[in-house]
Amino acid sequence: MSTTAPAPTAPRTATPPTALPAPGLPAPLGAGERLALVVVAVDDSVPGVRSLSLARPDGGALPSWTPGSHLVVEVPPGAGRERRLANAYSLTGETVHPSAYTVSVLRRDPQEGAAGGSAWVHGLAVGDTVTTTAPRSAFPPVQRATRHLLVGAGIGITPLVSHLRSALRWGRDVQLVQVCRGGRGAHLDEVRALGGDRVTVLDGRAALAAHLPALLADQPIGTHLYTCGPADFMDAVLAAARALGWPESRLHLEHFGLAALDPGDPFTVTVTGGPTLEVPSGTSLLEALEQQGYDVPHLCRQGVCGECRLRVAPAASTGVHHRDLYLDDAARAAGDCLMACVSRALPDPATGRAHLEVSP
Amino acid sequence: MTSTAPDLVAGFPFPFPNATYRYSTNVEPARGVVTTPAGQWGDAVVDVDAEYHRELDERAAILEQDPSRYAVLPHMDVACWDAMLCLMRELALARPGSFDLEPVAGGARPSYRWRNRLLDIDHTFVLGDPATLPAEPLAWITSQVQEDVVLLDQRDGTLFGDAGVVTFAADWSFGFDVGMSFLEIHGPVPRIHPEGVITRAHEFLKGLQPGETYRRTNWTLTIGRRLDVSTERYPEWGPDRAMVRTVDDDAFGRLVHLRTEVQHLVRLPESGAVMFLIRSYLLPLADLARVEPWRARAADVIAELPEDMADYKGIATYRHRAAAWLRDHPHH
Repeated sequence: MSTTAPAPTAPRTATPPTALPAPGLPAPLGAGERLALVVVAVDDSVPGVRSLSLARPDGGALPSWTPGSHLVVEVPPGAGRERRLANAYSLTGETVHPSAYTVSVLRRDPQEGAAGGSAWVHGLAVGDTVTTTAPRSAFPPVQRATRHLLVGAGIGITPLVSHLRSALRWGRDVQLVQVCRGGRGAHLDEVRALGGDRVTVLDGRAALAAHLPALLADQPIGTHLYTCGPADFMDAVLAAARALGWPESRLHLEHFGLAALDPGDPFTVTVTGGPTLEVPSGTSLLEALEQQGYDVPHLCRQGVCGECRLRVAPAASTGVHHRDLYLDDAARAAGDCLMACVSRALPDPATGRAHLEVSP
Repeated sequence: MTSTAPDLVAGFPFPFPNATYRYSTNVEPARGVVTTPAGQWGDAVVDVDAEYHRELDERAAILEQDPSRYAVLPHMDVACWDAMLCLMRELALARPGSFDLEPVAGGARPSYRWRNRLLDIDHTFVLGDPATLPAEPLAWITSQVQEDVVLLDQRDGTLFGDAGVVTFAADWSFGFDVGMSFLEIHGPVPRIHPEGVITRAHEFLKGLQPGETYRRTNWTLTIGRRLDVSTERYPEWGPDRAMVRTVDDDAFGRLVHLRTEVQHLVRLPESGAVMFLIRSYLLPLADLARVEPWRARAADVIAELPEDMADYKGIATYRHRAAAWLRDHPHH
């Protein structure tokens, strides 16, 4: 390869001093730095779904993000919420130096057991300030895929919108299947406008069940499958793929609408060099540590983000009941770490004692 | 007598914070300023110094003679654009008077105006459109930074060195390593595998979030002010290791250089690739010895280094003389 020598340029002229600098590219973010963003638009055109556009107060470009990324939005206490929530929402807009971050949130009713984060989002108005993390990537496209097959249902379409956009920008082979009811779905018009005949819309799960075997059987070697939606929907998609012999390395899923975990059995925990604590049923290890004044970094409290990872010292530990969606099999097999927000101690088979020794 | 420009001494990233050196997962957040007895370093991810034009000319000459120093596997096209944009942004942050990256239009096909006043470049391009660039994106930007660049693709829970431009390798071959996994690339390094250093680093890198940037340092000794001590050119520089044992003390102090690599690790946003930057700094012992704390510390570390590590670094035959030379040359 060779680089082309730049052509000689005319003498440079200085920028006129009167020209205001454009609100330029974003400054680098510090580790864990939060963004204070302003709601610049809301869109409620799809029933039950609120799309928010969030921008820098000065209107400048925001940090770029990887397709499939999410934003963790801080939901303050109030309206029945005892403590601050941190809710993860997939980003749906442009990835490169965007002028806004957009997320779409399905309203879940607090009266039916939802924690209240989505209801709070649905109550936001243009001009309100929202605190978020920088975008976090946990569902990226695989660059070497020969085709990207995107299969989403309901609000689970959201992380696939940025996958579709990116695949089209970079000339990657892509197909998208969106399952929704009655021809109404979040981002449906946008996805159709972007993808054209690469997009298939199916009305309901029965249509999907009829479509899926043929779809998954007829893909080129090297296709990667990405799916997002309700857990039973993803289970069905992945089961169909596995039955047809798809290797695990080509299957990717984004968890969404996590079912509440069972309260778990009580156990004890010793903080290295510190006290031994009781962790009752229904209390997470993270909460137990917080109650004792330990400051454990955390975001999602759902076993997704990976922030609250603690080291497990083997000394008196009886084993870990991993309930997170973050650690891979190798990390679990090593047995030397856990996610404090969801995981617990396993009882020793001989003594019945459930105990962990951890260090932050 | 010294041949080293003053800013190269003041900005030299002295690599020995401790009295002994062992491999560790020594990563820290980027951009932290480190003050040294001679000056400071570390505020920029991409560093521009007095050697800028000379090193870029040298890179161009090396690439002309040996195209295997530049490789891009086909799936790394997005990562190359990503790397170019990121490096332009870092140059502009490091030297706002010399470099500027200005967004011209956003949306699905964003465009930018790039100005590099040191090379008289003023160019507007559309992201993802090769026809709007004068060269391939990774080739073009590596003709404007002193850093070597390796781009790592992440798939199946593993990082692979699938693209890069490496003209200043210290005793390794990018052309040989391209396409290998992170663990394979580090296969020959002693000690790091049983100690888990490399697997910890690998896990750490896999968890980097978009835009996150960390750094570490590495070091060796190099004979002569020679940036390209790649495996490919071993016949040219290999004999220096025997030669340097025969020269007098004066020549030894001028020939033997402490070589620091400042390595930055950046998660590129659009491709999800990890960009690995290697910037090599060379300081002759004769100049190092003028900074008393550096002289004493370097002498201790080089003398104490375990034999297997000295052997891997290729300095086993002359490092004891280097340590003795430093001990015998206190600055007055």
